[in-house]
Amino acid sequence: MSEREVKGKVGIRELSPIDVYKLLPRTNCKECGEENCMAFATKVVNREVAIEKCPPLLTKEYEKAYRQLKEMLKPAVKEVVVGVGDHARKIGGKLVMYRHEFTYFNPTAIAIDVTDEMSDEEVLDRIKRAEGFSFEYIGQTLKLDMVAARSTSDDPEKFKTSVRNVAENTNLPLILCSLKPNVLEAGLMAVPKFRPLLYAATKDNWKDMAELALMYNCPLAVFAPNNLKLLKSLANTLLEYGVEDLVLDPGTFPSEGLVDTLNNFTMIRRAACKRGDGLLGFPLIGVPMVAWMERGEAPEEIVKWEEAYLAAMLIVRFADIVIFHSVDGWSLLPNVILRQNIYTDPRKPVAVEPGLRVFGTPDENSPVMFTTNFALTYYTVASDIESGKINAYLIVVDSEGIAVDSAVAGRKLTAEKVADAIKASGIENKVKHRKLIIPGKATRLSGEIEELSGWQVLVGPRDSSGIPKFLQEKWQKPA
Amino acid sequence: MKCLPKNDKEESSLGLKISPRLLELLARLQEIELEDFEMNVGDLEIWIQPSAVATPIALPKFAPLVKVKPTEIIGKEFVPPVETYPSKVVEVKLGATKSEGGTRGKSVVIGGETTPAFYTFERPIPHSPVIALDVFDMEVPLPKAVKMHVKDVLGDPAAWAKLAVEKFGADLVTIHLISVDPLLKDASPKEAAKTVEEVAQAVDVPLVIGGCGDPVKDAAVFAEVARTFAGERFLISSITRDMDVERCAKFVKKNGHVALSFTPMDLNLARELNRRLYDFLPKEDIVMDLTTAALGYGLDYAFTNMERARLAALMGDPELAHPMSSGTTNAWAAREAWLKMGPEWEPRELRGPLWEVTTALTLLLAGVDLFMMMHPAAVKTLKDIVNQLLSGSSGDADKLVEWVSMKI
Repeated sequence: MSEREVKGKVGIRELSPIDVYKLLPRTNCKECGEENCMAFATKVVNREVAIEKCPPLLTKEYEKAYRQLKEMLKPAVKEVVVGVGDHARKIGGKLVMYRHEFTYFNPTAIAIDVTDEMSDEEVLDRIKRAEGFSFEYIGQTLKLDMVAARSTSDDPEKFKTSVRNVAENTNLPLILCSLKPNVLEAGLMAVPKFRPLLYAATKDNWKDMAELALMYNCPLAVFAPNNLKLLKSLANTLLEYGVEDLVLDPGTFPSEGLVDTLNNFTMIRRAACKRGDGLLGFPLIGVPMVAWMERGEAPEEIVKWEEAYLAAMLIVRFADIVIFHSVDGWSLLPNVILRQNIYTDPRKPVAVEPGLRVFGTPDENSPVMFTTNFALTYYTVASDIESGKINAYLIVVDSEGIAVDSAVAGRKLTAEKVADAIKASGIENKVKHRKLIIPGKATRLSGEIEELSGWQVLVGPRDSSGIPKFLQEKWQKPA
Repeated sequence: MKCLPKNDKEESSLGLKISPRLLELLARLQEIELEDFEMNVGDLEIWIQPSAVATPIALPKFAPLVKVKPTEIIGKEFVPPVETYPSKVVEVKLGATKSEGGTRGKSVVIGGETTPAFYTFERPIPHSPVIALDVFDMEVPLPKAVKMHVKDVLGDPAAWAKLAVEKFGADLVTIHLISVDPLLKDASPKEAAKTVEEVAQAVDVPLVIGGCGDPVKDAAVFAEVARTFAGERFLISSITRDMDVERCAKFVKKNGHVALSFTPMDLNLARELNRRLYDFLPKEDIVMDLTTAALGYGLDYAFTNMERARLAALMGDPELAHPMSSGTTNAWAAREAWLKMGPEWEPRELRGPLWEVTTALTLLLAGVDLFMMMHPAAVKTLKDIVNQLLSGSSGDADKLVEWVSMKI
């Protein structure tokens, strides 16, 4: 069976707005905020709105339809909630195997570990770093997500004290890690209402772990390294037992066995998304910190390096949670950015706010350029201007998030839009001259821009990397 | 769920003696479900109110329907979800040995995949992905983290190539002929060919011939290099849509080289350019570059484009069934790779190459066959990982369990 054939059976892409529309009240009441039920159905299929936004659907009358819709829209990978209230974090909820088939929801949660044998000082420092991690990127703040509290002492009382200490100092959702049920339970008693992820049920302890998960209403991780038959059997058994929220760990092998790790993550996700295997349709947890198991005499940096690249591979290959030991910015930064990239919605062009941007300390004689609001274009141009240490104004024209050449071809970038953007930017009060440098790929708009804006056009380089050189040669300070 | 009464908690801590109580609750849950209500364990506290308790008459009737908690693992078969694909990626040979009509010490074959990237549970990977290291024919601005490793050979492409192969383990060398740029030194095609000669003498790995990006000048330089080194199966990097495609394809074919078909992140443009090349070149003489954007600067587009291209190739799209090359060095276009940031993000000497590694690994998992890279640590890491993956060796599952209580 091919990927294409199977997709029709369980793939979310084939769900049409009509399928949803048929089950809606079809009264066009607009209570959901949409013009009509069909518009609402389209948004539901695109996952832009939850069906619960339709008030009539939640009444007794439509109970059956509501349930049918719920079933129809059920993701191939179950969405599991870790934590409670404002600090809960959703994981999983994947509709598709490949991001181009739709989009990925619920970015991989990144957890930092602490142990019950670390000093209070160290634990607090690590929590502070996990909570304090913050990076501004394309208008978003990238953060870390969870704290994994491990028992290395195997002492229930110690673990309980440690977990209490952790919970008192962070609002981040917790993962409690111990394979000993009595130790794990002791930790759980410090946070009975917090709904931490319990790590983990194995072939030896599953019954006790299941009882804990049920008693404290917690999601439960299932750990069966490199044994998918066992992993699936355990998932099946735990579901029969009544535990509904599972997270699967097929094992992260740091070196020998790495290929098994990739294969196992891939097989599980394919079974869930392409074969409709409900027993494997749960979020996946990867543990890049296993790199520390093989440390030997290696310097810390080497292990952090390994941990970082393992995490990157896991993020690309379907992990819904990864656990780190390193709290170093240099090793975490590539991973939070990778996660952001992979979880960007491929259906939507990534755009930045249109408007005037100022680089360096421009004056009334400084050059004025424009580019489009396609994020990649904008950031490339901005980076080229910055690295050239240029003082300049850049007008970001709204091209509906399309790159220059495509936008010109598709009439998303027109002389009218450029002229309007010049006016709206207020640049005419900031510079004395009236010379506009346009992207080389927008050359054919030159005449029209001059006509509509009254500005003189200078055609700039086709690639923004040529801006510094272009300015050096072509930009004379207006007299 | 509401916090349990104190005595229950204590009891359970002494050995999980909680089963009877939960069974009882689940029994009620079962009845309620039969009445067509939905609920979950979290709702139990609401439903165990007196009014929710079923009538005594109903109890015996429904009792047999109560889920019995399993006492043993209920086994399930796992069948690996293996698929078959109607097509495969073509194999392309780079470099030619003496017996093959060239002068290289070895040639490498890339492509030939019959499954998505590293789905080795389906079928093995026929050829290891390979790495070409960048060598520039003149001094160029380089990130500090890179420069520190090549500072002694800058401006000496032959020595640089030797270092790349002998010390950094390059499978191929890319000689970037940027001095031919009319806006830089405007070196002549003959001068460029001389540089290639020096590099070809210094190392015996297959070469990638890089241009300056000017479509007219590059065509002239490539023509000269192709003619001078006929039969070497150099990878001509690259043929683009704005070049004289027919002319380029013809001299690549005539002189026994390989074309790198380069397009800017658009699969339709890639198909179109490949179609134009097919008029003159067999499929086995074409590698494609779908554009590599850096981590943080469009890597998502690059990743998805490549992943889609590879899946399309396996599903039978012949116009995308070429081995893929990635200008992974582009990772350094991300300022986070080289910029001095706050102390919490240092040292950048590690952050930079990790940026390149992360970009490379992401694309390795999309199906890239040939990586053009720059930082020796990034190159070594990628090589080690690829070798590890290809070795197929298994880990120790019993030992792995110990990570949970590992002391660091």
